[in-house]
Amino acid sequence: MPRRRDLQSILVVGSGPIVIGQACEFDYSGTQACRVLVEEGYRVVLVNSNPATIMTDPATADRTYVEPLDPDVVAAIIERERPDAVLPTLGGQTALNLTMTLAERGVLDALGVEVIGARPEAIATAEDRERFKAAMGEIGLEVPASRFAHSVDEAMAIGAESGYPVIVRPSYILGGSGAGVADDPAALRRLAGVGLAASPISEVLVERSIVGWKEYELEVMRDRADNCVVVCSIENLDPMGVHTGDSITVAPAQTLSDVEYQAMRDDAFACMRRVGVETGGSNVQFAVDPADGRRMIIEMNPRVSRSSALASKATGFPIAKIAARLAVGYELPEIANDITRATPASFEPTIDYVVTKVPRFAFEKLVGAEPTLGPRMQSVGEVMAIGRTFCESLQKAMRSMEQGRHGLNADPAESGLAGWSRAELLERLAVPTPERIFEVEAALRAGAGTDEVAAASGIDPWFLTQIARITGARGELEAHRAAHPEDPLGTLGPADWRVVKRLGFADAQLAYLLGTDEAAVRAARVAAGVLPTFKTVDTCGAEFAADTPYHYSTYEDEEEVRPSARQRVIILGSGPNRIGQGIEFDYCCVHASTALRAAGYETVMVNCNPETVSTDYDTSDRLYFEPLSAEDVLNVVEAEVRASRDGGQVTGVVVSLGGQTPLKLAAALGDDLVLGTPAGSIDLAEDRERWNQLCHRLGIAQPPGGTATTVEEALAVARTVGFPVLVRPSYVLGGRAMEIVYDEEGMRRVMVSVAAGMVREGGVSRERPVLVDRFLEDAIEVDVDSARDRDGEVLIAGVMEHVEEAGVHSGDSACALPPQSLRAATVAVIEAHTRAIAEALGVVGLLNVQYAVKDGTVYVLEANPRASRTVPFVAKATGLALAQVAARLLVGETLASLRAAGELGPRRSVGHVSVKEAVLPFDRFPGVDTLLGPEMRSTGEVMGVDTTFGLAFAKSQMAAGTPLPREGTVFLSLADRDKPAGLEVARRLAALGFSLAATKGTAELLKADGLEVAIEVAKVGEDGSGPHAPELIAAEGVQLVVNTPRGRGPRADGRYIRQAALAHRVPCLTTLAAARAAVAGTADSERPRLEVRSLQDLHSPPSPARALAGSLRRWRIRIRRRLRPRRFPPSAGTPFLDKRHVRPGPAPSAPDVAALR
Amino acid sequence: MLRRPEALLVLNDATVFAGEAAGVLPELGIATGELVFNTALSGYQEVVTDPSYAGQVIAFTYPHVGNYGTNPDDDEARRPFCAGVVVRDLVATGSNWRSRRGFEDFLVDNGVPAITGIDTRRLTRHVREAGALPCAMGIAGAEAVAAAARSAPSTTGRDLVSQVTIERPTTRPGGPRRVVVFDFGVKETMLRHLSGLATLTVVPASTPADEVLAMEPDGVFLSNGPGDPAPLTGPVTAIAGLLGKVPIFGICLGHQLLGLAAGGTTYKLLFGHHGTNHPVRRLATGTVEITSQNHNYALEAGSVPGASVTHVNLNDGVVEGIALEGAGAFSVQYHPEAAPGPHDARYLFERFERLMASGVPRRGR
Repeated sequence: MPRRRDLQSILVVGSGPIVIGQACEFDYSGTQACRVLVEEGYRVVLVNSNPATIMTDPATADRTYVEPLDPDVVAAIIERERPDAVLPTLGGQTALNLTMTLAERGVLDALGVEVIGARPEAIATAEDRERFKAAMGEIGLEVPASRFAHSVDEAMAIGAESGYPVIVRPSYILGGSGAGVADDPAALRRLAGVGLAASPISEVLVERSIVGWKEYELEVMRDRADNCVVVCSIENLDPMGVHTGDSITVAPAQTLSDVEYQAMRDDAFACMRRVGVETGGSNVQFAVDPADGRRMIIEMNPRVSRSSALASKATGFPIAKIAARLAVGYELPEIANDITRATPASFEPTIDYVVTKVPRFAFEKLVGAEPTLGPRMQSVGEVMAIGRTFCESLQKAMRSMEQGRHGLNADPAESGLAGWSRAELLERLAVPTPERIFEVEAALRAGAGTDEVAAASGIDPWFLTQIARITGARGELEAHRAAHPEDPLGTLGPADWRVVKRLGFADAQLAYLLGTDEAAVRAARVAAGVLPTFKTVDTCGAEFAADTPYHYSTYEDEEEVRPSARQRVIILGSGPNRIGQGIEFDYCCVHASTALRAAGYETVMVNCNPETVSTDYDTSDRLYFEPLSAEDVLNVVEAEVRASRDGGQVTGVVVSLGGQTPLKLAAALGDDLVLGTPAGSIDLAEDRERWNQLCHRLGIAQPPGGTATTVEEALAVARTVGFPVLVRPSYVLGGRAMEIVYDEEGMRRVMVSVAAGMVREGGVSRERPVLVDRFLEDAIEVDVDSARDRDGEVLIAGVMEHVEEAGVHSGDSACALPPQSLRAATVAVIEAHTRAIAEALGVVGLLNVQYAVKDGTVYVLEANPRASRTVPFVAKATGLALAQVAARLLVGETLASLRAAGELGPRRSVGHVSVKEAVLPFDRFPGVDTLLGPEMRSTGEVMGVDTTFGLAFAKSQMAAGTPLPREGTVFLSLADRDKPAGLEVARRLAALGFSLAATKGTAELLKADGLEVAIEVAKVGEDGSGPHAPELIAAEGVQLVVNTPRGRGPRADGRYIRQAALAHRVPCLTTLAAARAAVAGTADSERPRLEVRSLQDLHSPPSPARALAGSLRRWRIRIRRRLRPRRFPPSAGTPFLDKRHVRPGPAPSAPDVAALR
Repeated sequence: MLRRPEALLVLNDATVFAGEAAGVLPELGIATGELVFNTALSGYQEVVTDPSYAGQVIAFTYPHVGNYGTNPDDDEARRPFCAGVVVRDLVATGSNWRSRRGFEDFLVDNGVPAITGIDTRRLTRHVREAGALPCAMGIAGAEAVAAAARSAPSTTGRDLVSQVTIERPTTRPGGPRRVVVFDFGVKETMLRHLSGLATLTVVPASTPADEVLAMEPDGVFLSNGPGDPAPLTGPVTAIAGLLGKVPIFGICLGHQLLGLAAGGTTYKLLFGHHGTNHPVRRLATGTVEITSQNHNYALEAGSVPGASVTHVNLNDGVVEGIALEGAGAFSVQYHPEAAPGPHDARYLFERFERLMASGVPRRGR
């Protein structure tokens, strides 16, 4: 059946900010879906609060709403746009939940909106644990048995029924403490007794434990004619017990016989049919007992998932695109296979390579978090690698991680495992950690058998025998070196080279093993004639000719890169998502590809992140799924040079749009290849001494500071410039290991930790010193994104004022565009400085500069001649496609020519304020302090847009998932230095009708000012009349916490308050600046309605017709009072002023933001 | 460094692939056969033991072969009949609770030569253009292997069935009906499915029609088998003698022979269908089945008088199923028993049961 003609307009719901467990894979899937639906002629309305997405580009949908993913807001959008249907299955759990809420509230029925993709009934069956278990029982599929018990006898009965081992989990115990595994009835009796006593409601969950079973996933698709296919099977290297998102996974399944695989396939289809997913993709997870093959179904996602993105990239089968087509009525055989073009989508891809996905973690940034993996996902990103064998793909994945590793050990970083004995290593293997895979190899090398390692780790022996091949080859190389100490490289024959390269060894690993350097290895290898060949991902194992140049490297006979007679630009992506380098950079790379394709170039993308839009085979003319290491990138460049025909050539390589990752490769590529800002300027901006000289020459003030390689040097600098100082390593993104230091003792501590953190980069040295700068307290931080062309014209694209003061990492701070408190003269100084720096650095392309403004003086903090995290935000806020402009400048076009061609678009839309807010992962890491500081810890961002700063800020908070309360109690606990300013916040809160709670010192201050303190809170360990803070928060007696760190030394003070707020999901502001932004600005609070606006409305000059339509459709939403007071949508009535705008003194009776500026 | 002996795979068109010898070393150091590639991701044991590969060298497109070892339950015949195995990476030691023996040991024990380390993707790309070519592989030196490749036989025009069929009839107890199975190289899983319906009498390929009719079966099953159907005149005559007298169900070679018996013609595909992911449309319902396939020859579309096409391959339009309604016979080119492969088409065995229940229309038997 062709597409449905009864639908005209479809609402696509995005997944919101990047958080752990829900990352940019949903930008990939949502973008695919929007494009398909637009192509099919539907009017597509999109809502997503995340500005750093391709899907929220105004060109992706007909109407784009960057608005909070909140039921009321989406209801307003539906009311305004009147779509015929909503497609919720491509926006992750967020979109699914939101749609279910709208369905339950009757909004969809009332407005006649059909849910397509998956019916609410099917979603409920898959999502509700009990319903799912019952449904699977009906069709004879086994699920791990679990029931609640309220007595020891009951628990014993459940244990007898389910079989052992069982997990016992006491109910209502925070953080899962008190849980345990019982291997036999005696242990269950004991654990149940303890657990029942620990649980406040005397209840324990007794569940059959399948920890250690093998884990599999099948990606399945179904159309409305009931045609079902498996797109991909995935096997987890880490057995059950580690969340699949945190597991190393491999496609296709490796250790299932066909008999077992086909039975699993039957189960997956039966599950999808019973749950009732009529069209689209689903993901079904299984556990298999390695001892007897017994199979259980773990869960089913009735939507496109992270695994679907992986499966799409692993096979070339575009699940999201096809799911979108199926949702509007197509059947699988009616859809062509994009890759072969000759065959239909109703088949099961087969692959002739092995795909390995490895998760990337950020424990080093989350002090206090235990780096142990378990059932709760903690990874922040992932890489995927393709090789012809598992060994090759695993080693490629390891060097794709960009954590200083060149493969599976055999590199300098393996020294961390050097001291461990075989027995110690085997003991460590029992605990899954991010390092376990390296320990596996080390244990095998230390002489452990694969059976011993399998027993210790639960990893299937198949993977271990493969890893043992890597270990074996390493041993042979070491023996070879010992036998040929004079010339280990020259004595390797072509067959030897081929063996080790086919096992995935990087040249850098071979250099390490053979005692030479990488360049020498490369030269010897090339001399031996052993060069990589690039194969194609084609969905069909080469059975049919592929139309799509989607390549990976391996060492085989034949290369498949197609000749090209065109000018090609190679764009280097940003690698795995991590804190500090996320989707924003992928956005920039995708835009570069789009812009350069439009300008007539053939674009070549290199990246290794399966979650992204950049690794969609449609994004660029050619895609290389490769690690972003110098060796692998040079291989791509050489392959493209080899493929040049008839005047076609490689114009150059874009290194400045993918964050720090490609920038680091600039030197290896050389200035002839690097497009835009030369490598020397990149160095200049990073080299402290030269940068200082440059600023001095330009007459731009800097916070005084210096560099140090030892504690003594650092102390000397600090004594000269005065404490507090900001201490950070050079050459890092995302402020890793950056700290504010207040005294000498702190300096000694920090210098040690900074040095430890730089071990992988080779430690602290003259080349890579530690930077020590005077920390400007209470300064306003400003970010500028600009672009310069080869003729020297500079475009100031956006000036952003941070909400949090300097000292909070810019990535974790909220910011506003345009700036809200800076005077025009200050902005002019900032713009002039930016132009001067761009000129002095000889920037061609993007330049981001960070400033601190204190007492009217503008200090420059740093300059980065590359894309910044804020480029997509600036684009969404101003309507200027900055990354596209930058890409055109990189290939030599000028701003003047782009302007003449009308490609600079609308600038500086007036009449609205945009606020970017960071989204933090603390709910996943209960042990981590939530206090914001110079170390970046946010995983994603949201954007709020409205007519005033207050409204936009409130929307951003709502979008970030911590909507500010409209009434109730605010608990203040302030550092002494914040008390004077905090008083002002308290006054305004009281005026807004909030009641106040405060710790003793703060309360005294408030009372002295005549404010009423409803609850005086005792500090922990302090006898007082009132309740302790955690108790008060736990009892839901507080709707907002304002806790600023006490003193300037130990920042841990007040931590228990922040922990309690986190645990009970009470919004907690840790800087006074944020509190001011949040609490001030009641000017608009009388406005009873919240407006939503599409980007198209904001940026396009209103045509008369559109203006008329707009005025006819003045739609607004009524603010619904929420059941829970702290969940009030703040944007309704609590837009807040930034306190910085308010001079000390009585609060203005009628707050007026403009008047205060 | 430790490596296996170097070996070569040379195609009839002189294309050379270098690898390493594995499995058993063939007599005189060289094995020959017709090279085909199989795209299944799992099921190598079933593939290697499928008698339909007699006379052929099987190249697996998935690089790792041998991952989960082998076990007696997954054998499709009493021994492998294929001429050799080509892989990118032969995994000597598998891992699976069902495994009893490593795949390489299995090959050695069964006398199957193999070559590993081959760029099987290059080989596949070559075969998809050049077709299923005769080939030679071994350790006997480049010139000897190349010479053997030049004279290596293809399957065209050869009767390979006689090499794989049983010598005398055997019976296999089972369901209430009686079915005669023509063994052209029948797979064990087919017999397992059929024995759920009937007691089976498995007869040699050369059995004439009157002997079959004398057994008074409720139905006749035409099995899969190797190679070209055209030279199999004996079985074609026998089937023609059974048509209209007893319900008939054919699979793969059995399907081609049914078509020939009914007056149709067959042709050789360029490189055939060998895999477990072939989409086939069932014309009666419009739905798509993902099927297991293994054939190099096919029925010419529209060549069979009185037959309706019931199934079509969506990749290339090859006739995948026919029905001779009037004669109470039907057949499919693909493998509904699916070993290896998806179970989507198992309903065809039920259809055979229904056909036997209703008997041949009109003439009866």
